Amino acid sequence: MRRLVPILTVLLVIVVIWYVAAARMNAAWSYDQAARAGGAVPTVAQIVALSMNQERPVLPTPHQVAQELYKSTFGLKVTSKKSLIYHGWITLSATLLGFAMGTGLGMILAVGIVHNRAMDASVMPWAIASQTIPILAIAPMIIVVMNALGIQGLIPKAIISAFLSFFPVLVGMVKGLRAPERGDLDLMATYFASSSQILWKLRLPASMPYLFTSLKVGIAASLVGAIVGELPTGAVAGLGARLLSGSYYGQTVQIWAALFAAALMAAGLVAAIGWIEVRTLRRMGMVR
Amino acid sequence: MIWILFAVGFWAAAWSVNLALARMNLRGAARLIIPAIFGMTLLVIWEGFVRGLNVSPVILPPPSAIALRFGAEMPTLWADFSQTFLKGALRGYAIGCAAAFVTAIAIDRSPFLKAGLLPIGNFISALPIVGIAPILVMWFGFDWQSKSAVVVVMVFFPVLVNTIAGLSATVPMQRDLMATYGASYAQTLVKLRLPAAMPFIFNGLKIATTLALIGAIVAEFFGSPTVGMGFRITAEVGRLGLDMVWAEIAVAALAGSGFYAVIALIEKRVTFWHPSQRNEPT
Repeated sequence: MRRLVPILTVLLVIVVIWYVAAARMNAAWSYDQAARAGGAVPTVAQIVALSMNQERPVLPTPHQVAQELYKSTFGLKVTSKKSLIYHGWITLSATLLGFAMGTGLGMILAVGIVHNRAMDASVMPWAIASQTIPILAIAPMIIVVMNALGIQGLIPKAIISAFLSFFPVLVGMVKGLRAPERGDLDLMATYFASSSQILWKLRLPASMPYLFTSLKVGIAASLVGAIVGELPTGAVAGLGARLLSGSYYGQTVQIWAALFAAALMAAGLVAAIGWIEVRTLRRMGMVR
Repeated sequence: MIWILFAVGFWAAAWSVNLALARMNLRGAARLIIPAIFGMTLLVIWEGFVRGLNVSPVILPPPSAIALRFGAEMPTLWADFSQTFLKGALRGYAIGCAAAFVTAIAIDRSPFLKAGLLPIGNFISALPIVGIAPILVMWFGFDWQSKSAVVVVMVFFPVLVNTIAGLSATVPMQRDLMATYGASYAQTLVKLRLPAAMPFIFNGLKIATTLALIGAIVAEFFGSPTVGMGFRITAEVGRLGLDMVWAEIAVAALAGSGFYAVIALIEKRVTFWHPSQRNEPT
């Protein structure tokens, strides 16, 4: 409870600032409407009231976003093209597939790097360099090229997601696989353990805390990848498509609703991994 | 067929050279040879397979074609680079990092604000922030201002969270020492806590370099003037000018790595005392 009070206070302040900003930014349109309608110049109170519920506000108010979010998740059939559940599922499936691919690739590369010095010296610098490159810029090209090859829908988005999520996993796993201390490794050597036995019985278990930390970063990155991957396909389906079509048609409330849906999804995914992490580490006796 | 054989042969040769080099325990700049050979191998394999398998340049152009296009289109590439990187990303980066730094110092004195803002900041830095790009493009127009705004929002939270973490990196013993010297809050901040926070701050600044470039490019997908790296990529993808797209990506890669390297170099100068920066005698 004592930890919650400051967080709630800050959130409350943010909501208040949001309302004030919405009133100010939307007021211009209200004044404009009033001037066109003729008649008396409206009072400030009237303007504020008008700014709260515009159809296409510059900045939608929190309750408008909440309403739209509720309406488009629970108020519509799941199969409807306006339902955020429908679009969310499309984004989520690409995110999860990409995340699985990226995690797998990252772990395999990490095992290779730990066991092979040439790989360590040659792959690692490029893996690091690849992250200073804005990979997201390649997204439209991957989509279009895959399209030309006849691959559509889930896979291209998943590849972008995988590219974004493999790096945190790679770095975390390399660190984690090297986490066992000299003494532990020596003990395995006295047991005459083969390097695959060392990997399965010592290195992998020891790397779990590192792995979960990077998985949390990785899944957030894959969601970003999936959303950006949806932009160049011309706003067909997915949360990214909702963002793009909202920006084409000036549907600000729709943009904000999609944005919050994405935020909730990110929070949910990270929380899910956190839950698995606590469970796993507790079973392994690493945390109490 | 010859091309593929050549590529595979080059690969095998380079791999054995690298294996031998890795065993030699190289030092200093010589260590860069191994990744350099690896990178060259990738390019040769790419070129060899694209030529050998007759891959259409619409799907994957060979590196040589990209290099030619890069050389021919220098002025366009430079215009895009200055629009997206110099105008959009750099200004947004400077504003965002400065704002985050000032905010961190401002809320540092209040444990209440810190307890409230830190979890929210951590939460927001995990969110898909690029999503606000369409909103900001709507507010600030199509030119670089909206791109800078996206970059400001994207870099703000990582730098804020890292700076706050850095400011609490001192040990009570060190702060007690400052107290026995009768140091004021400002003196403690400048002489003890800011220097101690530098490794954390630079960590945030380095993460932010990549985010800045990504933000500036992705924001252009939502609307831009007819110049800029994000604009050129979408436009050339539409015209199937894939070699130009790859040239643009090469520029982005160079700019991204260069930006990162500059920040890393400054970090090396500023935090020379930190264990991770010491040159270990191996």
